[in-house]
Amino acid sequence: MAIITYREALNQALSEEIERDENVILLGEEVAQFKGSYKVSEGMLEKYGPKKIIDTPISEAAFSGLAVGAAMMGMRPVVEFMFWSFCYVAFDQIFNNAASVRYMSGGLINVPIVFRGPANGGTNVGATHSHTPENFIANTPGLKVICPSTPADAKGMLKSAIRDNDPVCVMENTILYNMKDDVPEDNEFLIPLGKANVLREGADISIIAHGKAVHTSLEAASVLEEKHNINAEVIDLRSIRPLDVETILQSVKKTNRVLLVEENKPFCGVGAQISYLIQDRAFDFLDAPIKRVSAVDAPQAYSKALENAQIPDHNCVIASALTIL
Amino acid sequence: MEGLYHDATLEESDVKNKNDTDTNTSTPKHDTSSKPEVNFAESACNLTLSTSSKIDLLTQMVRIRRFEERSLRAYQQGHIGGFLHLYIGQEAVAVGSVSAMGQDDHIITAYRDHGHALAVGMDMDECMAELFGKKTGCSKGKGGSMHFFAPDKNFWGGHGIVGGQTPLGLGMAFALKQGGKKGACLCYMGDGATNQGPFYESLNLASLWNLPVIYIIENNGYSMGTAESRHSAGEPLARRGEAFDIDWSVTEGHNIYEVRDTITNALEQAHKDCRPSVLEINTYRYRGHSVADPDQTYRSKEEIEEYKKNKDPISIFKDQLIQEGVISDEQITDIDIKAKDEAEASAEFALASPYPDPSELMDHIYWETDNPSESKSEGTMFFELPKSNL
Ligand SMILES: Cc1ncc(C[n+]2csc(CCOP(=O)(O)OP(=O)(O)O)c2C)c(N)n1
Ligand SMILES: [Mg+2]
Repeated sequence: MAIITYREALNQALSEEIERDENVILLGEEVAQFKGSYKVSEGMLEKYGPKKIIDTPISEAAFSGLAVGAAMMGMRPVVEFMFWSFCYVAFDQIFNNAASVRYMSGGLINVPIVFRGPANGGTNVGATHSHTPENFIANTPGLKVICPSTPADAKGMLKSAIRDNDPVCVMENTILYNMKDDVPEDNEFLIPLGKANVLREGADISIIAHGKAVHTSLEAASVLEEKHNINAEVIDLRSIRPLDVETILQSVKKTNRVLLVEENKPFCGVGAQISYLIQDRAFDFLDAPIKRVSAVDAPQAYSKALENAQIPDHNCVIASALTIL
Repeated sequence: MEGLYHDATLEESDVKNKNDTDTNTSTPKHDTSSKPEVNFAESACNLTLSTSSKIDLLTQMVRIRRFEERSLRAYQQGHIGGFLHLYIGQEAVAVGSVSAMGQDDHIITAYRDHGHALAVGMDMDECMAELFGKKTGCSKGKGGSMHFFAPDKNFWGGHGIVGGQTPLGLGMAFALKQGGKKGACLCYMGDGATNQGPFYESLNLASLWNLPVIYIIENNGYSMGTAESRHSAGEPLARRGEAFDIDWSVTEGHNIYEVRDTITNALEQAHKDCRPSVLEINTYRYRGHSVADPDQTYRSKEEIEEYKKNKDPISIFKDQLIQEGVISDEQITDIDIKAKDEAEASAEFALASPYPDPSELMDHIYWETDNPSESKSEGTMFFELPKSNL
């Protein structure tokens, strides 16, 4: 174990997998000479050379599609989006080509590709740079989507994603890049996709979150315990598709109350699906309506004053939890 | 719009007989009369062709035409749904270009893909069955007309989004280069597809990174019902490659020898220099954009007839081979009968084949769920299953 940042954990995952498998490459804007817009790929060009660490022009459609084409032929490209918001100009390549080519070929082809980059609000960059498309991706059969929330998860899940034989979209978070924590140094440290993490056990309410909302939820859970004597269970979904439905249901059956927390927008957000699943599979265990806390349903605002009010903080989580306790 | 009409009234196109040398009606756009006559039979790639290879080229074109005519009939009989984009009239482009490919060359195309599929050696049965939506289809009924694939034959589809395959072809060239292969990717597209943005992003990357991708613009003059003069500024389309320092050319696609000459040179160049190129090949489709297309709204019957008479790739090549003395009328008739029989048999095969079971809806979505013993993930992947799976 070593204490490293989320950013360094991603770098370790990429480096180890590039060393392990000659088919793995990293490409995207500013990933090589500039060392990554967020310095995720620091030192990698020097170590692995320009054949593996590849700077692209600003052509998301072409380099995403190029990577899909190369993956169809057996390479394992990791595509970095400077922001996931920019995937929208490459939508066709991800949602039609990467997601559907296996299906449309009746299983003749598979696409072992990773699309990764930050997908978060909270940094005052306005609507065009703050999208969180994990729900779009989860809505698309053929794609997998994960949202690691800790340095260890970032490493273990990115490694699993790179070794996965299907397209995996990795949602990172610029605010988490500097977060430090213990990360196993083991080259074979792999966290399976689709496995949620119960970060805090509790008996009174299940708070279910993903991405940075996990940390907001943990903070809220501490306050709930200290100030309200409420013992909240906090579940980090980690992976949206595949989804760890069993862990969710087990927790609900234990606590009988559910609060869903995410920084995504509410309509057809991840919480909408989970809420449906819970009422469908554990309705009789519920002692209160399911509640949800999400980002305020407006395009992401620039001003600190507005954006702070837009993204749920621990007070929103506490307030919402108290309404069902 | 696609899907609203059905051009069942257009009569079955017929392979024109060799005496059709009819003249002087003006051909509005692909006029090559001003160019000096080149005898492409004399170009190196064609001179070295054996008699049987030449006969094979003709056979492939006839097979494609007969296959598609049969598929049109099946569509009219209600066995085929959705869109059916026929390649009739353009056969020399797919057959000629595929015949020039080497072992490490790969191809990818758009939705008008039956010709390319048969040219790479997919068999009529699997193709027809796919059109019928049957389990025995090349994509097991999951892809349909626009989405044929045969990776074992270096054929990577069959893509339904106009221009969407242009970055994929780039990626194939990238993978070939990265893997140290002396191969290239032939990435076919229509004239209409040249107006899609990703094509230009791809041209830039292809040139910048020296990737062996050959973009083949099969210019049949129309993007659905929009003639080139109404959809594109600046002629010729291939010249757009110039902005990226990419070699380009415009050639004719009616004479298969010329297509072979064009593609052979481009492939040699790509293998040697590892550079992209843009080849605009003029051709013509006889049928509507798809069989559901109200053809006569944007072009005249006379225009179509003119092409059938004077530029039909099959008639032209038949004449050529007879002139060369490598084939007889009887052999030609025999090829045609065999192709018709093969197409008929494929329709019977497709008709007799079972439909996929609704439970197969859930196959081929993820490699991982298709290979559960090697699965490393946990959790739920699917959130609604067909009744039969429950
Ligand atoms: C992105 C996108 N826009 C529109 C369509 C509908 N569409 C299908 S084919 C076509 C015309 C394309 O013409 P061209 O590229 O010349 O190819 P051709 O059909 O002549 O082979 C159109 C508009 C589509 N499939 N994809
Ligand atoms: Mg066209």
